[in-house]
Amino acid sequence: MIEYQDVATAIQRERGEAVVVTAMTQSKFWKEASDRPELDIPTNNSMGKVSSIALGIALGAPDRKVIALDGDGSLIMNMGSLVTVGNKSPKNFVHVVYDNGVYAITGGQPIAGAGVINWPAIAMGSGYKAAYSFEDTEEMATEMPRIMAEDGPILIRIQVKPVITTNLGVIQTWESNAVMPRQMRSVKVELAKS
Amino acid sequence: MTTQGTTEGLTARSMVEHISAQGVTHMVTLPDSETNFMYDNMTESGMEVVPIAREGEAIAIAAGLWIANQKPAVMIQNSGLFESGDALRGLGIGIDLPLVMFIGYRGYTRHGDTPDSAAQFLEPFLHTWGTPYWIIETDAELDRIALAFKKAEETSKPVAVLIGAEYVSV
Repeated sequence: MIEYQDVATAIQRERGEAVVVTAMTQSKFWKEASDRPELDIPTNNSMGKVSSIALGIALGAPDRKVIALDGDGSLIMNMGSLVTVGNKSPKNFVHVVYDNGVYAITGGQPIAGAGVINWPAIAMGSGYKAAYSFEDTEEMATEMPRIMAEDGPILIRIQVKPVITTNLGVIQTWESNAVMPRQMRSVKVELAKS
Repeated sequence: MTTQGTTEGLTARSMVEHISAQGVTHMVTLPDSETNFMYDNMTESGMEVVPIAREGEAIAIAAGLWIANQKPAVMIQNSGLFESGDALRGLGIGIDLPLVMFIGYRGYTRHGDTPDSAAQFLEPFLHTWGTPYWIIETDAELDRIALAFKKAEETSKPVAVLIGAEYVSV
């Protein structure tokens, strides 16, 4: 299994000017790795809509790479989006699925289909141009530069070591809930410059 | 049957012209009984059509297009709007998204006896979300589309245009 921070490090090395849209636990580790926070959108309040938000950005800004850092529990809430992505087939779309098999922020209960879902097969069957799967850190780090240079849409499934939240709850504040809309506007401003 | 351009019914071509006049770049849509005739007209108008697998994707994709400085609109049926309720909450109202949603008003009877629950709940649903709306049944009412776009921009919130009639002609 691969550690979250190793995934973030490998993607950060290749992100360039990419917009990065994240969900749940991925947001925490991506925030620690990202060197372009003005291009990051954490979507912890979107109930599985990371892929759809990222698709909209990719279609509206076709010259800008867009990376969705999705979770397996999030994506099974929005499975149809894979077909929607495959149908529009944006070349600038990279879909990373962190596969830990559990709902980490609610204490680690298994998701439906844990250990059974074949993400690369589903992606390819939905019209993605390529799909990859990694369970080894070194192999992932070695292959990431080549994969990130390919035309999309691409799905990269990464088996990660679960980071279980033990306090069973996310403490929400007015400030924390203002982060997503603020970052959406930040990216909107950045994209308007290009 | 009436002909295109009359005020006795709603024509898809006239409706698309009014939508295009607002500068809409993308229409995120899943065809339904009320709006299906629009599909070919939209593709011919220069708008990019974004077909979706399920209506819950629509507002999230529109939010992404807006972030990319495009001007999207959404066209789905009332049953699909109910499915989109959480996206309307979090990714529409929650991010101050100026968005016009064209909603097929399935079950609308105009005389009060409304057996279809999709119609019964539509207007109460929009009131609950605090979402302004206009109803369109004929070409004579298409100027309400401009009012809807104006309201969405002024308030930076989602608004709805309810399509209360099936098209009499493309």
